[in-house]
Amino acid sequence: MPPQKLTINNTVHTVDADPDTPLLWILRDILDLKGTKYGCGVGYCGACTILIAGEPARACQTLLSDVGTDPVTTIEGLSTDGTHPVQVAWQEVDVPQCGYCQAGQIMAATALLASNPHPTDADIDAHMSSNICRCGTYTRIREAIHHAAASTSTK
Amino acid sequence: MSLNRRTFLQMSALLSGGLALNLYDLPVAVAQSGRPAPPDISPRAFVHIASDGTITIMAKNPEIGQGVKTMLPMIIADELDVAWSTVHVQQAELDESLYGAQFAGGSMATPLNWDPLRRVGAACRQVLITAAAKRWNVPESECTTSLNKVLHGTSKRSLSYGELAADAAKLTPPPLASVKLKDPKDYHIIGKSHTGVDTRSISTGKPLFGIDFTTPGMLQAVIQKCPVFGGKVKSFNQAEIEKLPGVRHVLVLAGSLSTDPVVSSDPGMEPGIAIVADTWWQAQSARSKLKVDWDFGPGVTQSSEAIAKRAAELFQAPPANTIHATGNVDAALHSAAKTVEATYTYPFIAHATLEPMDTTASWKDGKIEIWTTSQAPGNGRKMVAKELNISPDDITIHLTRTGGGFGRRLANEYMVEAAYLTKQVGAPVKILWSREDDFTHDDYRPGGFHAFKAGLDAHGKLTAWRQHFITYGVDAHYASGAGMGGNEFPSGRIADYGLYSTAMPLYLRTGPLRAPGSNTLAFVGQSFLDEVAHAAGRDPVEFQLELLRSTDGKPNRLHDVLAKVAERSNWAKRSTTPGRGMGIACYASHLGFFAEVADVTVDAKNQIKVNHVWVVGDIGRQVINPAAADNMVYGSIVDGLSQMAQEITLDQGRVQQTNFPDHPVLHMRQTPVIDSYFLITDNPPTGLGEPALPPILPAVANAVFAATGKRIRTLPLARSGFSFA
Ligand code: FES
Ligand code: FES
Repeated sequence: MPPQKLTINNTVHTVDADPDTPLLWILRDILDLKGTKYGCGVGYCGACTILIAGEPARACQTLLSDVGTDPVTTIEGLSTDGTHPVQVAWQEVDVPQCGYCQAGQIMAATALLASNPHPTDADIDAHMSSNICRCGTYTRIREAIHHAAASTSTK
Repeated sequence: MSLNRRTFLQMSALLSGGLALNLYDLPVAVAQSGRPAPPDISPRAFVHIASDGTITIMAKNPEIGQGVKTMLPMIIADELDVAWSTVHVQQAELDESLYGAQFAGGSMATPLNWDPLRRVGAACRQVLITAAAKRWNVPESECTTSLNKVLHGTSKRSLSYGELAADAAKLTPPPLASVKLKDPKDYHIIGKSHTGVDTRSISTGKPLFGIDFTTPGMLQAVIQKCPVFGGKVKSFNQAEIEKLPGVRHVLVLAGSLSTDPVVSSDPGMEPGIAIVADTWWQAQSARSKLKVDWDFGPGVTQSSEAIAKRAAELFQAPPANTIHATGNVDAALHSAAKTVEATYTYPFIAHATLEPMDTTASWKDGKIEIWTTSQAPGNGRKMVAKELNISPDDITIHLTRTGGGFGRRLANEYMVEAAYLTKQVGAPVKILWSREDDFTHDDYRPGGFHAFKAGLDAHGKLTAWRQHFITYGVDAHYASGAGMGGNEFPSGRIADYGLYSTAMPLYLRTGPLRAPGSNTLAFVGQSFLDEVAHAAGRDPVEFQLELLRSTDGKPNRLHDVLAKVAERSNWAKRSTTPGRGMGIACYASHLGFFAEVADVTVDAKNQIKVNHVWVVGDIGRQVINPAAADNMVYGSIVDGLSQMAQEITLDQGRVQQTNFPDHPVLHMRQTPVIDSYFLITDNPPTGLGEPALPPILPAVANAVFAATGKRIRTLPLARSGFSFA
């Protein structure tokens, strides 16, 4: 298999790796984008959530050969200085405990707000319940999503 | 240093299951050690002031999500009298001669550091005052400080800390015992909510965690261990594995397990096969091609079913040990107007931190450098020194941020694995466990079985309490986390009390899980007490308040949080609609006193929806970082609820749950509204990693009884016919 081109956070990278490698490990170990996390490796926990063509996806379940030309956004692609509205909301509400799940939570929340700019608690619960937080920060995640929704609508 | 070390050793004994002290006794133990003498730590090690005024404060303990990287520096900064916005926090390396004990466990960061770190801040402030007084040639008593400046009142002069930094560096800080501490009303950082110092980096995906660490030339490793604890490699397809892409080294680990007389929580390196490759995915892919012939060892005969059967047999026999007995419980039960009997059971569960076990180590010229996620890195250093037969002084340990601890990382075997492998292969090695490794080779929270019998007099007053605990160990030498102390409530509150145990052998690692002991003992004790209150025809709150009522004129802290949570939850006016109910429970652990009420709805399919939880906690006179404290309470409730549905089972010695779907963590949609309230009392501030957790399990079980009339006496919920909606 020839080297593959990946568009990640608006940068094109050429990657020479086994096409069966999950995108998670391409991001982390080849491209040194460590924000996307390994939690379960089976598509369950959401720690590896990224956006592919704007849709939330599990990097641990996406093989390198599956990505094609679709643009990939990782936590590092939202903003590197923490100024994306969802990142700002996470800081204002001080969501994290250990913080390990939070990149995945932020990416899932970003996808939710893109499709539903003013989610209700029930919308948030439905969308976010596929991301687990072992530390139990759900109360704050919900609050931060409302914050982010309010801040983008006033802009 | 002396107090810190001693208390740390006590804590270690406790956490590793030595259980010299009951967890319930800990407040007494700390009180007995007297007023915390300022330890022999160097204030200078904690505070660096640059000439441009930048203030760097070292965060001494491992950050596992409990907020100490923010909270401990806040304590120093307040007494130092600097604006928090000017403070840069840096994670300290492991150096207990400079910083005192550095570990994350037992909710001890606050009680062990509250006094010394305030003194560290105050001593550094004093040095700056001395430097300014010298510069101005005025008495120190005429100088004061205000936010990064020393002021001379009469002459209206001021010097910034940055301007004084060079002079201050030449002075010796005063003895910690001698410094004057602030009046709490003058705190400007302590008691105000401050965002976690890493929150911004977390929200931008910066490489903070152990798993993120990388260094040039680093290889990555996985270790395939026997599916049965302690099993050894007989033979395997080594030549085939060595040829796979990216694989650099394939090694058999003989292991260095010590298992006498019981398996400890951190028994050393387990045997296995290490695959060291260029990338983790290559190592992990190569592992899937392994064909191993194992010597399964003694663990292979064990199963959860056989354990449960044995426990049932042991309940029929007289107990082997008396943990604590007063009066004559059997006679009192015999003469009681009414008796209540029940048996409670809870399973083994796993820690399952979201970041699996990992460490990077680099061996060079007889010295080793380590980047680890350990909660008790000092113990890890000792284990590495022993395994590699080197001096502890040749080991440098860096503490990374950690994706969850919950007690799992009090063990250090993954650190030993990384250290062993880097020395063997001569390159830096990152060991990263897969999620499946993590679930199947944990030091599990031990399960247990309790048979209760209580006696009531004609007025519905509790007169006798007998409890037989079936657990793991050899005689009275319990497996780690599987013992209990004699002060378990209602011990000391009634005359005729008997607490007994019988231990059965176990060949499996067990260990402390967040609120060890308490996370199960609260469930069984507070659920059974609720049964007894109902049997007495009394309100559970009134029944327990009577037992807790102070007899010595001093406030009883558990009594007071219980009364408060009843008030906040409007307990007296609770609804009695069928299918909906409220339950209450309280528990003291890790120096904290907590009472909780749960409001639940249970549907026709026995699905439980926890609607609302009220928490009242007493952690003393000062909540240091209030928003972070609330977050710990929320997390404790979610964790406790998760525990109700989790179970680890053994079949032919193999752990059957291998990933989160088999051992679920609560989801957002299952998370109740949580009302967190702190009752401020005139006691030293204590920690929050643990004590908010234990009462939620019995509070929910008691609420389910109120809603349905059905008792949950067996966890996980599924074994009692329930589940979370
Ligand atoms: S690591 Fe991908 S979903 Fe858990
Ligand atoms: S903050 Fe620790 S797993 Fe979510």
